[in-house]
Amino acid sequence: MSFLPYAVAAWVCVVGLYGIVTSRNLIHLALCLTITQSSTYLLLLAIGYVKGGGPPIFKGVKLGTTTVDPVVQALTLTDIVVSVTVIALILALALDVHKQAGTIDPDEIREMSG
Amino acid sequence: MTRRVRIWIFLPALAGLAALLVWGYLGIPGFGDYHGPYGFVLDRLATPLRHMDNVVNATTYDIRGFDTLGEEFILFAAVIGVVMLLRDTDEKPEMRDEVESDLVRVFGTLAVGGAILVGLWLVAFGFVTPGGGFQGGVAIAGGAALVYLVAGYRAFAAFGDEQVLDPIKGVGAGGYVVIGLAALVSGLPYLTNLFSGGAVGTVWSGGSAGFVNWAAGMEVAAANLILYAEFLNQYIVPIARRS
Amino acid sequence: MTWALPLPVVLPLLAAAVATAGDHVLPRRAADAIAVVGAASSFAFALVVMLESERHVQLHWFGGWKPHGDAAIGIAFAADPLGAGMAALATGLVLASVLYSWSFTREGARPYDVLLLCFGGAMAGFSLTGDVFNMFVWFELMGVSAYALAGFQIKELGPLQGAVNFAVTNTVGAYMILMGIALLYARTGALNLAQIGHGLAGHRPDGLVVLALTLLVCGFLVKAAIVPFHLWLADAHAVAPAPVCLLFSGAMVALGLLGVTRCYWTVFEGAFGAEHAHDVRAVLLALGVVTALVGAAMAFLQRHLKRLLAYSTISHMGIVLVGIALLDQKSLGGAADMVLSHGLLKGALFLCSGIVLLRFQDVDELRLHGRGRELPVVGVMYGLGAVALTGLPYVGTYLGHAQIDEGATLDHIEWVQPLLMLAAGISGGAILRSGARVFLGWGPKQDPLLSPEPAESSPEHDASYPALLAVTAVVLALGLVASVVPGLGQRVEHAAGVARDRTAYVDLVLHGIQRPAPARLPFVVEPTATESLLYGTGGLLIAVTLALVGLYRRRLPDAVRAPVGAVLGPPARVAKLVHSGVIGDYVMWITVGTAVVGGVWAILLH
Repeated sequence: MSFLPYAVAAWVCVVGLYGIVTSRNLIHLALCLTITQSSTYLLLLAIGYVKGGGPPIFKGVKLGTTTVDPVVQALTLTDIVVSVTVIALILALALDVHKQAGTIDPDEIREMSG
Repeated sequence: MTRRVRIWIFLPALAGLAALLVWGYLGIPGFGDYHGPYGFVLDRLATPLRHMDNVVNATTYDIRGFDTLGEEFILFAAVIGVVMLLRDTDEKPEMRDEVESDLVRVFGTLAVGGAILVGLWLVAFGFVTPGGGFQGGVAIAGGAALVYLVAGYRAFAAFGDEQVLDPIKGVGAGGYVVIGLAALVSGLPYLTNLFSGGAVGTVWSGGSAGFVNWAAGMEVAAANLILYAEFLNQYIVPIARRS
Repeated sequence: MTWALPLPVVLPLLAAAVATAGDHVLPRRAADAIAVVGAASSFAFALVVMLESERHVQLHWFGGWKPHGDAAIGIAFAADPLGAGMAALATGLVLASVLYSWSFTREGARPYDVLLLCFGGAMAGFSLTGDVFNMFVWFELMGVSAYALAGFQIKELGPLQGAVNFAVTNTVGAYMILMGIALLYARTGALNLAQIGHGLAGHRPDGLVVLALTLLVCGFLVKAAIVPFHLWLADAHAVAPAPVCLLFSGAMVALGLLGVTRCYWTVFEGAFGAEHAHDVRAVLLALGVVTALVGAAMAFLQRHLKRLLAYSTISHMGIVLVGIALLDQKSLGGAADMVLSHGLLKGALFLCSGIVLLRFQDVDELRLHGRGRELPVVGVMYGLGAVALTGLPYVGTYLGHAQIDEGATLDHIEWVQPLLMLAAGISGGAILRSGARVFLGWGPKQDPLLSPEPAESSPEHDASYPALLAVTAVVLALGLVASVVPGLGQRVEHAAGVARDRTAYVDLVLHGIQRPAPARLPFVVEPTATESLLYGTGGLLIAVTLALVGLYRRRLPDAVRAPVGAVLGPPARVAKLVHSGVIGDYVMWITVGTAVVGGVWAILLH
């Protein structure tokens, strides 16, 4: 079972990519992008997990107690912020696209070909 | 290129990528067998050197505080970008109070106060217990967003006023930079914790990381509120136009 | 002087914060002045850091967290001359961009300037950092500012689609980088570049290391716009305001390649260096050559000036990647020289196109036929920029071409040199053709070969032309003389040598051992090999010939035209079909590229 979390991370990444490539709706596409990103959360947190480790907070806990890795948690926090901001921008763009084109199907907007 | 062609080229490539991912991930130590060293070194250092119980918070706002500075500005730039992209609907529609239920009003008001209190606590005690400036800022903004639920759009618009939020956001983000510069001016490396040494487990234990938490909290709360206000406006304005 | 290291990053960010805080009270000119001061101080400190780094690599541990034993605790800036030079170029271009934008009278001034400052700080941070996750943070700040800047024209569908394509593709690239970082962390328990490299060195690369290399390299190649990861670039450039294009083409894409360079030599070189360097080289070299040629050919098929210039940027990034891929000091120096001169020249060309857009509210080569005669100075600058990009001896990009050529000769990969000449010639010919049509009125007004383009309007309506011309002229002049600056060649080669020296880097970062400063480098212009002179001249000849053929091909006899058309027509149509503007296609090609690059490495390296 020790490979399961990583297999899930790989699966989530692949599913998200499939969603992005086949998406017919920019909002759906933005959500697929967050799915791909969740695979990085899974990957980071799974890597830092230690069997029997507590949270890396030493309030009332003796120093030197085994904990899970604190660094991956800090990285995941940054990762979440990155995800939120990019999604906010893409959603704002999708709103503007809808105002201009009346559709948010990326396949139907072909302003940029060639 | 048609969708069919796209998907037929895509699927084999995706299968290949999946195979590569599995092959690579097999090289990771088994789940639960992580053996460091980085995080465990920090576990041993954070409390003795920085008097902070919460190592994640010490990592985020002190040891790797420079990452968080960049992260602050990612949010900062994204909010400016969103406001710029949605700039065509600057109108603030006159909406009547649309909340009908007294129950929602009573519990909602409690929730607003509660969420903001929790947020402030998260910011203030992040290095002692789970929390931190970023987390608290999001909670505060969430509490303020509940005002829309409780008292309607007009009351919320007062919270979401950019004339007020922009300075808060700017001071929060700029404050983070200045806390770092203060160390540099004192002849120490950027973002050095200047007054570490308060008693472990108290609100003073973080030293200048405490100020960093507050700067981040301000920036994040204001930035998130601007985001809520902008997107809510996109939803409200068409309704107001129709009625 | 290590105290100066954070300043190129934090000063523009502080200026951005102050301008935002004072947004509703400061007069507009005061806000503009804050932006200029922020950009100028960032550039000044980047130059200081660059000059210092030439003697010693500069190290700054944030928060004073120095390493314990072999383990890094905090985040370090480690400024080698290559990274610091890149930071100086990027912040210098930000300053030019802020000054150019200053002369516009416009609405919505503030968010635009604030985003430029964030963009500049992020680029400097990415260039200077010695920590792989910190690299990711600056990479993302760079991205978020750039996506918003690209979508500046919200009233038009084209810019919005360009910005969406840009944001989605680059975000996918960023996640690939993050997955690579996670893998390296799982293996070495470190985020510091030197420590990761130290941990990997001497071990046989297994699946995890090969996958990490693939994800990091491909993620950075998305930003660097290398085929097949390049499709977003022309869309983003076509729609962004000209001063933003200056930053995209001049600095941002090159930073993707700096990312590849940094990763390879500080992280992976120890694991692949001895036995497998050839395999790494083969893949990168192939990508570079294909990119140089495809980008140039696509440039030739455009009539939208900014799109044309954008494809030529792709071509040049291919040439830079070839310089990196040869994996020797001489070529890496050539790649750096190419980044410098190309950044300035292409930047100046984009600024020219910005002036044209402002004047005529259009940048379509055919619709502007002959109308550019009203702007003779811009025409001259446009022509000079085009010629200097062909690699003509001792002008513009020549030094970079010559050094890459020499490196290729040393490595016995001589076949690559004529291909690079051809690429530079084709894209130079495309720029010359468009210039001749717009500014001289040569050739017919119709050309079915070129992609049709929707109209575009300028975001600004009123501007001080002398100021615009002055900024453009300064950037252009610096680009033109880049090949004959005394001592530049030797300095850049020294920088490349430092960037490649992994053991010295590890000694400095983890153990604080500085290598002795190099002997004083001479201030001379070195003579180059005869064949470089020939290739350079050949590039210009190809460019002029192709420009004339592009303009007057109907005058060629049918016996020549028909077979050439039959051979080149179908691939050109396929190429246009692939550049579809649809985001699903773009991400599909990124997946294909990653799977192929990773698959080839998996087979070769295992």
